[in-house]
Amino acid sequence: MNLNYSELLHAFLPEASLVVGAVLVLSIDLFSGRGRSLAERLNVAVVIGLLALASALYHTCAAGTGGATFGGVLMLDALGRATRLGVLALTALTLGLLPGTARLRNPAEFVAIILLAACGFTVMAVAQQLLLGFVALELASLSLYILAGFDKSSPASAEAGLKYFLFGGVSAAFMLFGFSLLYGLTGSIELPEIARQLNVVHTGPLLIAALVMVLVGFGFKAAAAPFHLWAPDVYEGAPVSSAALIASASKLAGLTLFTRLLWAGFGPASGGDAILSAAPGWLPVLALLAAASLLIGNLGALVQTNVRRLLAYSAIAHAGALLIGVMVAGAKSGPAPLLYYAFTYGLATIGAFGVIAVVDRAGRCQAITDLAGLHRRSPFLAGCLAIFILSLAGIPPLAGFFGKFTVFAAALKSFGLNSSMGALSLFAIAMSAIGLYYYLVILKQALVAAPANETPPAIPVSPAAKLTLLVLAAALVLLGVFPSLLIDVISG
Amino acid sequence: MNALPWTIYVTFAGAALALIAGARSAANARVVALATAIAGFVVTLFAARDFVPAAGLQVLADHTWIPSLGIRYQLSADGISLTLVVLTGLAAIAGILFSWNIEKRAGEFFALYLALIGGVYGVFLSADAFTLFVFYEIAIVPKYFLIANWGSTNREYGAMKLVLYSFAGSALVLAGLLWAYGAGGGESFALSSLAAKAAHFLPWEQNAMFGLVFLGFSVLAGMLPFHTWAPTGHVAAPTGASMLLAGVVMKLGAYGCLRVAIPLFPAGFAFWQPVIMALAVAGILYAGFIALVQDDFKFVIGYSSVSHMGFVILGLAAANAQSVAGAVLQMFSHGIIAGLLFAVVGRMVYERTHTRQLADLQALPLHRTLPFAAFTFVLAGLASMGMPGFSGFPAELTILVGTWKSSPLAATFAAGGVLVAAAFTLRAIHVSFFGSTAQLAASTSAPTPHASNSAHAHADYAPITWPERAGAGLLIATTVYLGLKPDLLLDWITPALQSPLMQAALKGGTP
Repeated sequence: MNLNYSELLHAFLPEASLVVGAVLVLSIDLFSGRGRSLAERLNVAVVIGLLALASALYHTCAAGTGGATFGGVLMLDALGRATRLGVLALTALTLGLLPGTARLRNPAEFVAIILLAACGFTVMAVAQQLLLGFVALELASLSLYILAGFDKSSPASAEAGLKYFLFGGVSAAFMLFGFSLLYGLTGSIELPEIARQLNVVHTGPLLIAALVMVLVGFGFKAAAAPFHLWAPDVYEGAPVSSAALIASASKLAGLTLFTRLLWAGFGPASGGDAILSAAPGWLPVLALLAAASLLIGNLGALVQTNVRRLLAYSAIAHAGALLIGVMVAGAKSGPAPLLYYAFTYGLATIGAFGVIAVVDRAGRCQAITDLAGLHRRSPFLAGCLAIFILSLAGIPPLAGFFGKFTVFAAALKSFGLNSSMGALSLFAIAMSAIGLYYYLVILKQALVAAPANETPPAIPVSPAAKLTLLVLAAALVLLGVFPSLLIDVISG
Repeated sequence: MNALPWTIYVTFAGAALALIAGARSAANARVVALATAIAGFVVTLFAARDFVPAAGLQVLADHTWIPSLGIRYQLSADGISLTLVVLTGLAAIAGILFSWNIEKRAGEFFALYLALIGGVYGVFLSADAFTLFVFYEIAIVPKYFLIANWGSTNREYGAMKLVLYSFAGSALVLAGLLWAYGAGGGESFALSSLAAKAAHFLPWEQNAMFGLVFLGFSVLAGMLPFHTWAPTGHVAAPTGASMLLAGVVMKLGAYGCLRVAIPLFPAGFAFWQPVIMALAVAGILYAGFIALVQDDFKFVIGYSSVSHMGFVILGLAAANAQSVAGAVLQMFSHGIIAGLLFAVVGRMVYERTHTRQLADLQALPLHRTLPFAAFTFVLAGLASMGMPGFSGFPAELTILVGTWKSSPLAATFAAGGVLVAAAFTLRAIHVSFFGSTAQLAASTSAPTPHASNSAHAHADYAPITWPERAGAGLLIATTVYLGLKPDLLLDWITPALQSPLMQAALKGGTP
């Protein structure tokens, strides 16, 4: 293996920016934060964090798509670049919502950990090796565990952190075991080499066990049923910004990492796309996970009374559709539909959580009825929420519609109706009709219901939050009307 | 002709403007809304001036939109589209005139209203299945908020039911279209190209695809057995929205059946035709009988809409040029008449008497206290039951004659539906407006407490306002004019049915 460390340094410039940013955030807060108000310290941390993200974005663009790098450990392709840009943008938007919404006792630590999580996400986007992929995933996950339990004054946050950690730890153990089995079977941790070996290795029970274990880790990361049980509790208890990050950037990075693992690494063991008579492999298992997620997510959301739990179940339902995107990513249309869907889903989720965070700051926002009369308390927030929720529901011309549309179109175009992807697409379309109900339940409170008391106090929206929400809403409309803007970036 | 797409853009721009204007005052919002609706209608008339019916489907706009999926932004129009665009313009103006008294959150009301209209224009002008679907869905969501926010009886239930039915229908349409797109190689969503591809599908595929798409669209057209959203939704909706729902939104469904389902999958259409025809006739009769026994005035009109839309479906199912031309004419005619009926019931009567129970209305001498409402309702009722001289007559007659050629049995039963329509309309006219003559005579001789009570209530009725008079006048003039001169629209519609796409699905017989 010909190792060129300057090449590695160049490829990791975005990550280096993020780590330097994290260190700067911590040290500046340490030396100049004393005696300042929490809000000031948070603002300083957020500005430094945004600068670090901007630098990472710049270096990602500058790095281009050079292909396999550093002996094939990294893969700088269009998929990796688009994912890196996507997770950095989503992280920046999450950061932008912090001032004026978050109640944090240690703002600098919070921002620094977000930056470290982002570093994990960007490495996940380009890792082409089991070991690096696992390390990146763990870096991101450990940061997210801390973020979930960050609110030390709230028992719910502690519960969320612990639950997320326990579930995550167990699924990581499963996945690592799966990796070790794969290494034993193929003698390599490099994805292209694994794929070469799997072409000749006979599909035996050991390989199936290894693949299933990897899928357990994937199912956890994507909040796919039946590995979804952590999601409602974490979304409910974690600080809102943490939940937004877990639901958006983390998901996008995870989907890319596993798309790469499954197609570039274990592609020969996919098992085919026939509905009933497929050979053993990971595609039929993924199809089952997708179907279960669509069913459990949509039906579970119907009975929720807590708006964050409802968003969690909606996330599970979306995970089902996103898995269809992963299954389709091996076809000619490539991963572009998946990335478009995951990114715009992230935008809408951050926006919805952002509105919840602003409302929560002004009072309390847990039950759906806490949103009652939002149109009187803040028409701006109500309008933004309508865009975010309708995008999640998949109503054109918002981006959420085209995300689903392009995934389903790719599935039916490449595989037809007699494949598991095609059949799942029709199932997902049918389920989206159920989905509209619970999304409208949220909007009914926000836009139709009268406020709880006659003269409700107006909700103050900080300029930073206002700007971020506007950017999110505008992006969803713009990308929905002109999807090609994003598709062209993804396709490189 | 090329100005026609501007109806869409003007209306969406007007929606945004109404939202901004409404923040200042309700009056600004309604003026903006009315100006937008009139502008849309003027654009239509302007475009109709140089419309050549014989030219068939004329391309109005064609731009690359999403090349990776082969989707183009494609608009086109023929006589059928133009007829329905004219209807939309008229219904929009009338609906805004009858919403003139909206004070609560008027900016949002008119913005949603215009967004809905913009979507409707878009559907009628789309030549690409994706474009059509996007506009179709844009027209769905505003309905929820219009009804849930500004509606009356059971509004949140009615709104949710209506929107979920519509959305479930559109999910079926999307499933069918995506399936056809995928099976055809996924090159284009243009209707003409999809139809060419679909001709090579296996028979069972065509049958299933047609089933999905037609069923999806027919939900919105109020076809049995998925019509129940219509009466509840119409009753719950505010007047302007009920006029729009019955007037144009139900036409979206029928238009989708005619423009997408039938030409795309002619073999599937032939397979399902007897079922559709049976459901249409059943819908005409069933909804008519239900209307006959309703206690709520608005439910009578709601079910009458379902019954009259049954004629549209019947005309489509009979599948000859005459019956389909009649169906399009009936879409136009019913759009005008249903708007008028809902305007009288919802705005002129309900907002003054605050009751829609026929038993209560019977006690009020409405023909004395609200003579203009009574006059309008009698005319609208006559038009609705198909009196010669109004637009309902040539429309239903053309459908029945056309249907007779395909299926005399269905035509016979459907003709029975005309009688039922006469019965429930006359009952509604009699009970609601002319029910209390005996009581009134009694009260003049010996005033009872009850009579004096109600006499006191009559004195408080606000007079019919000028927007109401203008809106009613516009709709009455249209239905009378069209009743006397139906050829005006038939000359547009008939050549449109000669296009190769339509001919593949229709069996001979020229009107």
